[in-house]
Amino acid sequence: MTMRTSLGQVRGRGTAGQGTAHFMVQRFTAIANVFLVIAFIVLIVSLTGKPYVEVRATLASPLPALIILALMLSVANHMRLGMQVVLEDYIHGDLSKIIAIALNNLYAAAIGIVCIFAILKIAFGG
Amino acid sequence: MVQLTLPKNSRITEGKVWPKPDSASALREFRIYRWDPEAGGNPRMDTFYVDTEDCGPMVLDALLWIKNKVDATLTLRRSCREGICGSCAMNIDGMNTLACTKGYDEVKGAVKIYPLPHMPVVKDLVPDLTGFYAQHAFIEPWLHTVSPTPQKEWLQSRADREKLDGLYECILCACCTTSCPSYWWNGDKYLGPAALLQAYRWLIDSRDEATGERLNDLDDPFRLYRCHTIMNCAQTCPKGLNPAKAIAEIKKMMVERRL
Repeated sequence: MTMRTSLGQVRGRGTAGQGTAHFMVQRFTAIANVFLVIAFIVLIVSLTGKPYVEVRATLASPLPALIILALMLSVANHMRLGMQVVLEDYIHGDLSKIIAIALNNLYAAAIGIVCIFAILKIAFGG
Repeated sequence: MVQLTLPKNSRITEGKVWPKPDSASALREFRIYRWDPEAGGNPRMDTFYVDTEDCGPMVLDALLWIKNKVDATLTLRRSCREGICGSCAMNIDGMNTLACTKGYDEVKGAVKIYPLPHMPVVKDLVPDLTGFYAQHAFIEPWLHTVSPTPQKEWLQSRADREKLDGLYECILCACCTTSCPSYWWNGDKYLGPAALLQAYRWLIDSRDEATGERLNDLDDPFRLYRCHTIMNCAQTCPKGLNPAKAIAEIKKMMVERRL
């Protein structure tokens, strides 16, 4: 049982001063995802049934490659921010929360890097 | 991790069924949460039968009827009995509301009454609201000014005064805050809908000169941004206010001052 005053408990360690940046980027990437996912679906549908060589050539061309690159950056970042909120909501131990958030960041970075590498390889790999 | 089940000592057991009143023509069943810290043990649900011919129409009338005529140890808070003081907030038929403004004829079947959810219980229907009040105190709900105090009052235009409508009516009953799942999980750091509605009431007060400092104090992933627009607060508010909208307005102010 703590003997700290109730106001002292509420004031805690003060404000982190950075909730707004997280909130804003999460909304910006959400809006970007709407357009990028639609473009991605149109791209995939247009490639349905096409031979491998043609699909590869299309993905290597600038516009589709840029759309997928932007999509991967936006989706991976959005996933990271959203998952972090869920982890902050439900994991309450200081250490376990830091570990979970670190793993979440690594996971999102790994997904993003692998996808970007794949697209770059198709685009420039020859 | 978050607790999804109640701890063993908080699990509710079946309690006492109190005898029906003699020669009553119209009976209504009430099932009421009981817990006495002196007796210890687990909380229990007691069943009471209220003679509605002999009792007013509101849930608070029935509770006082029980306290006066059946079990004097039934413990609850009440004061104004007309929806102004916020003392008799409790969970009735699954919804946080004021016992004094909720008619028991609005409830189908037995009227189930619990204390406000997810707060420590002092006794029976009385929750410990110490943290809730501290969160309200934290937002400093009074006018902050630097300019010399005027001879008369601080002036405010009609249009600016109207911005406080839908905010100043809050009676701090805690129905909204204790209905919020985000507050249940992180009530130690998240300020909750009531305190944030009050914070917004001062943020948009044209006479206040500490808007920036107030926003600084809220710019935190937990204090403000635990609100996930679940909207239980707006649904349950017995005064018909919308704390979720006030919180959204604070977030808007936060974004606008950065752009």
